[in-house]
Amino acid sequence: MSETTGTGELTVTINGKQVVAEPGELIIDVAERSGVYIPRFCYHPRMKPVGMCRMCLVEVSSPRGPSLQPACFVPVADGQEVNTDVDGARKAQEGVLEFLLLNHPLDCPVCDKGGECPLQDQAMSHGPGESRFIEEKRHWAKPIVLGPLTLLDRERCIQCARCTRFAEEIAGEPLIDFFSRGDAIEVATFPDRPFSSYFSGNTVQICPVGALTSAPYRFKSRPWDLEQVETTCTFCGVGCRIVAQSSAGKAVRFLGVDSDPVNHSWLCDRGRYGFEAIHATDRLREPMLRRDGELSPASWNEALREVGAGLRQGLSSQGPTSIGIIGGARLPNEDQYAWSKLARAVIGTDNVDAQLGDGLPAEFVASLPQATIDDACAAKAVILLAGDLHEELPVLHLRLRAAAAHHGLLLVDCSPVPTALSEVAVALAPARPGEAAALMAALVASDDEVPEVPGVSAAAVSAARTVLSGLTGEEIVVVVGRTSVAERPDSLAAAAAALAKGLPGVRFLPALRRANVRGAIDMGLAPGMLPGRVSLDGAREWFESQWGSLPSGRGLDTRAMLEAASAGTLRALVLLGADPLADFPDRELATRALERIPFLVALDTLPSASAQLADVVLPAAGFGERGGTTTNLEGRVTRLAQKVVPPGVARPDWVIAVEIAERLGVDLGFDHLEGIWEEIEQVAPAHRGATVSAVYGQPGDGVVVPVAAVGLPRLAPARLDPMATPGIDSVITQGAPMFAGAAAVGSGGVEESEVIEEGGAAPAELPTESVTPSGPPRPSPLAFDADSWPVPAPPVPDAYSFRLVTRRSLYDHGTLVQASPSLAPLAPSQELRVRPRELDKLGVADGDRVRVRSARGELVLPVAADEAVPAGVALIGLNLAPVDQPGATALLDSDEAAQPVRIETVEG
Amino acid sequence: MARLSAENRRKAEAIVAVYPERRSALIPLCHLAQGQDGYLTEEAMEDVAELCGVSPAEVRGTASFYDMLHTEPVGRYVIAVCTNIACMLAGAYEVLGHAEERLGIHSGQTTPDGLFTVEEAECLAGCDKAVCVQVNHRFFGPVDEEGFDRLVEDLAEGRLEGTVPPHGVLCRVERSVGLPAEEPAAGPAGGAPARRGGDS
Ligand code: SF4
Ligand code: SF4
Ligand code: FES
Ligand code: FES
Repeated sequence: MSETTGTGELTVTINGKQVVAEPGELIIDVAERSGVYIPRFCYHPRMKPVGMCRMCLVEVSSPRGPSLQPACFVPVADGQEVNTDVDGARKAQEGVLEFLLLNHPLDCPVCDKGGECPLQDQAMSHGPGESRFIEEKRHWAKPIVLGPLTLLDRERCIQCARCTRFAEEIAGEPLIDFFSRGDAIEVATFPDRPFSSYFSGNTVQICPVGALTSAPYRFKSRPWDLEQVETTCTFCGVGCRIVAQSSAGKAVRFLGVDSDPVNHSWLCDRGRYGFEAIHATDRLREPMLRRDGELSPASWNEALREVGAGLRQGLSSQGPTSIGIIGGARLPNEDQYAWSKLARAVIGTDNVDAQLGDGLPAEFVASLPQATIDDACAAKAVILLAGDLHEELPVLHLRLRAAAAHHGLLLVDCSPVPTALSEVAVALAPARPGEAAALMAALVASDDEVPEVPGVSAAAVSAARTVLSGLTGEEIVVVVGRTSVAERPDSLAAAAAALAKGLPGVRFLPALRRANVRGAIDMGLAPGMLPGRVSLDGAREWFESQWGSLPSGRGLDTRAMLEAASAGTLRALVLLGADPLADFPDRELATRALERIPFLVALDTLPSASAQLADVVLPAAGFGERGGTTTNLEGRVTRLAQKVVPPGVARPDWVIAVEIAERLGVDLGFDHLEGIWEEIEQVAPAHRGATVSAVYGQPGDGVVVPVAAVGLPRLAPARLDPMATPGIDSVITQGAPMFAGAAAVGSGGVEESEVIEEGGAAPAELPTESVTPSGPPRPSPLAFDADSWPVPAPPVPDAYSFRLVTRRSLYDHGTLVQASPSLAPLAPSQELRVRPRELDKLGVADGDRVRVRSARGELVLPVAADEAVPAGVALIGLNLAPVDQPGATALLDSDEAAQPVRIETVEG
Repeated sequence: MARLSAENRRKAEAIVAVYPERRSALIPLCHLAQGQDGYLTEEAMEDVAELCGVSPAEVRGTASFYDMLHTEPVGRYVIAVCTNIACMLAGAYEVLGHAEERLGIHSGQTTPDGLFTVEEAECLAGCDKAVCVQVNHRFFGPVDEEGFDRLVEDLAEGRLEGTVPPHGVLCRVERSVGLPAEEPAAGPAGGAPARRGGDS
């Protein structure tokens, strides 16, 4: 029946009002756009409709007269008449609600959902008000444990299948399903296979009743006692938008906000439940000074005086190059800028590095032709050369998985060990550790000169080539990340360079795991780099005109700083939320360095292993305790907001930078966050056009840098319907409104939200050049130079050894996870994974303990047989040993192109 | 027992191969597994999941929807008494009540010796034989209280061995999925696999 008009549009009449719609749009969506809210339970705009609950029945005209149809399942047709508010529809909706409530326990007073519950709200707005059911209700034991973080009250479940559909369709982990039938139906797991998905919390978030509850939030608060701000998760580089909710000054719940370009309302459980770390009992609350070998509390004044003195002593004895700063990825952009400026313009050192040798080269990231997450999902093909995104960047994993599983994205997985995305990949060609460049060169070589790739079968190479054949560079996005810290990062840069050369127009999405690494690189927290994606040497004149003096030459990266410290040439080291002892992929070097350094300062939120060795420890305000902005892996700058107060006298890192500058006799030149951003926009070339009003004044999805290339978002994003995430609209919002023009409304009704216009982004209107007309010209951001990334020499083959590949785990022994009581016990224990055939050759059985030996150290741990691990590779979990015990980094020598190890049997 | 036997695994793979989508083989494979053990063991459901490319939770969820599939152990003979309208008028509730008394269990339960499970069923499409009773999906009827006692005795003494196979065996499964009636003689077992008639 759907005749379309000439423009591909059609017209429907909803409650007497004419509405224009696209073919294929669902009645429920079109109605919503025109301001008519149709009640619903099972429909979720981010999932395929199923028409299960029948709550959305409306009267739809047909040749045979009006009939009741589920609005969430029936697409609009031209000339259709829809009535949602006539007797027939109302009676149907009331009937459905009466049925849904037959067995419902109505225990709202003790239910977490009470007060934000769509069942409550819609029973009021669309229900009959009375039930004719006088029989005994069904009883179940309640609640039952579905998984480590999720509980289920089966009596409350209304069988909407939002949770099971999420698990299957979105997460690809169908660990829960309906069991049985009729009124005996329940959501259940398979025996001994708990619902331990990394995404389990999303089911709690979208359950329209109080059936699914989360262990960390259960009974913590009631919706009317909550307040919230919208902010960005900084547990990893994806930067999911969230609301942080607190009750009585304590953060108690994070919910995913639907950001169309980023997280589609989903979160991983680490981000969702990581709020517990904010109130960890061992948070640093006051400055500490080492006196007589012991750290003891001090005032800010004493501590800062000590820092000033320590730095001045270093400066006067060996000059600015004897001072180094490691870390900064935890910091918001503004704080990173402040520290970058403090290092360069005040102290005069270029020894700054936010990465701990576990990321990608800064120049490489800053200059890559960039793709957004949306670009990657909309590409024809994605080449994946990164660690396991499921463990490192979970919501990016979800986005790419959905694109590959449901929208035809062709995924070629070249990661050295197959990842969780391999399941939806069309070709698997695991690169040999340390030799990804050779594989990439073979992928883009012309047909008659495909070279042999060491360690990769010709069949795998040709399968991958077949997928890519006929595609242009513009149609391909490469997701490139540090595949393993046991392999040198320059081999990945070389691999990317090979692709850039062979596939003109190809774009890259850097899989940067640490939260604000992208911001740190953009703010110049890397040797040889300055804010705005420019190099120290290339932008020297401009920055001298802005900042005054600059260091004379390129400084040291983390590894070189640690080496200099252990050699005694570094006098003072500042750790900006960095913990080299735990994170630097060469534990021995990090230990030597921190033991030897004469003056060590640590700014942190928690007492990390490295901070405990410091001479001065400064407590920093952490996530949720301060404002600012953060940059996600695609270069998107979004706002952070404060919800709770920092513990004790902890301060934001930028304030500490200003104070230290003052102790060194210099005024850094800012006294509030927006002032810093104003300066960033003015000074940093890539950030030009990302004005304070665009970044701070606008709610929503943020601004992708460089603005000149991408443009400012034109309109505030429309939000999803209030029922998509119950629990956001019922809570009082503080700070910037979440959506332009949208006030908080209850889930019973909907207010008109702004409609996104076609295109989404407008070309930026860059302010015309008005400053320093006679000064040096503003440099342009670095351009990618494929020739500057030579292929490192491959490791020497050794018949007896394996190449080590490290793999991250979402839950590990990092300080933030371990500071979250619900997440800490979920960290898996350390093991080595090897192909079963190779275990046989070694004469070891699955589960045996083995000794792994490298030139650096050795480790005794259990071994598991794993068919997915390629021949000649040993896979080891990273950061899975308790801090005081050696983990995978004890085996690593950061000089090796790929770390060789031997596996030996252990006696007895 | 528990996992699919090598022979059944081979059959399962052949069944999977006839469908364009692997997961379409889910129900036939559940019958195959139930034919092996009389009910769906957890291990067999895991095997079926792997063969169909779905999760074990989905296999269990699907199986639990159907009355003919059992995810818990049942007796050697599953006796279903129809209590739908035609049978009810003919005295089905009396027969069911008698059955419960005679076997000392409630409907849905299994006798301690593991011989009988009694179930109440909706119309079995044997209304002409009201009261209709099924034993391992074989029809009996009309059945009254005395008839029920005789049926139970015959079953207990093995007099119906030829008529009533052990629970779980559906002889139509293999034919309906289009497998050749006889497989080419291959492998050490040799000859066509006999349909399981007995459970010994
Ligand atoms: S548990 Fe919640 S989300 Fe899942 S089916 Fe029941 S009501 Fe729906
Ligand atoms: S994927 Fe990353 S940004 Fe998103 S919720 Fe998880 S940790 Fe936070
Ligand atoms: S059937 Fe339409 S919302 Fe459930
Ligand atoms: S009513 Fe009993 S078989 Fe039909």
